[in-house]
Amino acid sequence: MANDMKMRAQLKGDIAEIKILMSHPMETGRRKNDLDEIVPAHFIQLVTVSLNGKPVLEAQWGTGISKNPYLTFQVKGAKVGDKVMVTWHDNKGLSSSHEGEVSQA
Amino acid sequence: MQRRAFLQCLAGLSAMALLVPFRAVAALWNRAAFESKDVQGALAGLEVPGEIPSEDIEIIAPERAENGAVVQVEVRSRIPGTEAIAILAEKNPTPLIANFMFSHGAEPFVITRIKMAETSHIQAIVKSGDKYYIAKRMVEVLENGCD
Repeated sequence: MANDMKMRAQLKGDIAEIKILMSHPMETGRRKNDLDEIVPAHFIQLVTVSLNGKPVLEAQWGTGISKNPYLTFQVKGAKVGDKVMVTWHDNKGLSSSHEGEVSQA
Repeated sequence: MQRRAFLQCLAGLSAMALLVPFRAVAALWNRAAFESKDVQGALAGLEVPGEIPSEDIEIIAPERAENGAVVQVEVRSRIPGTEAIAILAEKNPTPLIANFMFSHGAEPFVITRIKMAETSHIQAIVKSGDKYYIAKRMVEVLENGCD
């Protein structure tokens, strides 16, 4: 699961706007497949984002986040070149991380 | 004894580090709140004692959503000291959708995309210190997006 996340972190003034797109089915556990079988719940439960190693966002999610989750947030006091690390963990024990840098908008 | 206590503490710490992240995540994740089937239970799970209506929370969401599977929601809090923003869809099978916790310069602001089962209010609950604030916004949903 190497390319399952896209991220862009752009500096506008002294605020970095961080946009993240993850690739994940976000199954609620209520959907039935073509064979009328319930598809087990499979969803991201925890997302953490750090800037230069300091935590800036911790999100807990339920099944109500849309498939292929999208997230935008902002960090004040960021600089060009700051390292942004995003990690998610899901209810099946899978996880994925992605690292990027803050760039000038 | 002090030394022993220290060693026990160290042993405990290393045991924690050895745990697969899965278990750590399972321990962190607020199961009671997220699995609750009503708003009241979700807020109890989040340990919200009561919410104060606030006009300093801005929710941007479409008035009508053709497909409840993808409804983009933006929440910004202007309440000083905002630490966390939780998003709920009142009539979803499990109303609590997300709880975002901000630190180290993160602005109390988030945009995400949520599933909605039917026409209902979206709630944003803001935590600031030991106080909780609430704002709501109605979204008309034409097609259930919660399967």
